[in-house]
Amino acid sequence: MHITIADRKSEIADGTTVAQLLEIEKVEMPLYVTVSVNDEFIATDARETTVLKDGDHVEFLYFMGGGCR
Amino acid sequence: MNFTNDQLARYSRHIILTEIGVKGQARINEGRVLIIGAGGLGAPVALYLAAAGVGTIGMADADEVDLSNLQRQVIHTTADLGKAKVESAAETMKAINPDVTVKTYRSFIYSGNILDIIKDYDFIIDGTDNFPAKFLINDACVIARKPFSHAGILRFNGQLMTYVPGAGPCYRCVFREPPPKDAVPTCRQAGVIGAVAGVIGSLQAMEAVKFLTGAGDLLTGSLLTYDALKNDWHKVRLPPRRADCAVCGAKPTILEPVDYEQAVCDLKH
Repeated sequence: MHITIADRKSEIADGTTVAQLLEIEKVEMPLYVTVSVNDEFIATDARETTVLKDGDHVEFLYFMGGGCR
Repeated sequence: MNFTNDQLARYSRHIILTEIGVKGQARINEGRVLIIGAGGLGAPVALYLAAAGVGTIGMADADEVDLSNLQRQVIHTTADLGKAKVESAAETMKAINPDVTVKTYRSFIYSGNILDIIKDYDFIIDGTDNFPAKFLINDACVIARKPFSHAGILRFNGQLMTYVPGAGPCYRCVFREPPPKDAVPTCRQAGVIGAVAGVIGSLQAMEAVKFLTGAGDLLTGSLLTYDALKNDWHKVRLPPRRADCAVCGAKPTILEPVDYEQAVCDLKH
C-alpha cells in the first residue's frame, strides 16, 4: 500500500505500525520526534498499536533548538 | 498618523503595495515587537523590523558579542566584540532608522520576568537558542494571550511556526516537553550555516509585519521547514490544538511560566 511521508509517496507493507515506520525511515532519536497521521498527533505510547492505512499522510516533526548563540 | 516627506520617501516601497498602503505602514509605525535573543535569528529580524519602521522594538539578551557570533549574527560587527548584544543591536537599528524606539533588556528571560517584559508588546519573536527558553516563551505567550513566532535552526535546516491565541496549536501542542539536556544537538555542538539564520529570521520578520498589517496569511496551524542542502521547503499542516495540552488545552495544568533548567537543578540538590 501507499502512504505519503511529508511530500513523498512511499510504499509500505500492509499492517505497518507507526513504530515500524519510524524504524524503516531510520528516523534519528524517534523518542524526540512528534508524529502526526492525517492531521492527528499520535501519542508516543500509541505508536506500536497505530496501524497505517492505504493513503495515510504521515509527518515527522523534529525538535530544532538553535537561535543561535 | 501623518507621515513627513522623509517618511513617505523612506517607506515608499511599502506604501505602494496594495496590501500595505498608508494604513498598513501606519500600523507598522505604531507596532510594538519584542525580539527575545539578539543572535542568529534575532539579528535579521531586528534589521528588517527596524528598516520597516516598527515603532517600538524590544530586544532581550544577556550576552556579549563574541567572535564566534559574527559568522551569522549580522547586526553586530567586529568593532562590537565584547559589547552587550542588546546595545550593539540597538546602535545598528538606530543607525538604520532613527524613527524606531529601541528598548533593551540586558537579561536572560526566566519565569520571574517574562510576563512583565512581554506585556507591552503586540508580537513576540522567539530567537532563542535553547528548549527551556522556547517552552517558557510559548507558555508565557499562551498565558498572556500574546501572538509569537517560534523558529529553530540547525546545520543546514530551519523551521518556524506562528502562534496566535485561538488559532491553531501552540508549540507545546506539537512538542509537549523539552527534550533532556544534550539529547538534541545545539548549533554550538553541531554547527549552523549563517545564511540559514538569515532565511528563517527574515521569515520571522515577515510574520511580524503580516501580523501588524493584517496582510496575507500567518503560519498558524502550520510548521514551515527548510532544508538548504536539498533546496526543499515543506509546509506541514499541523493537527488542531490538543485538547489535553498542558498550557493551551481545555484544563491547563501550567498556569504560570515554568523554568525547566531550574527544575533540573532543583532535582540535583
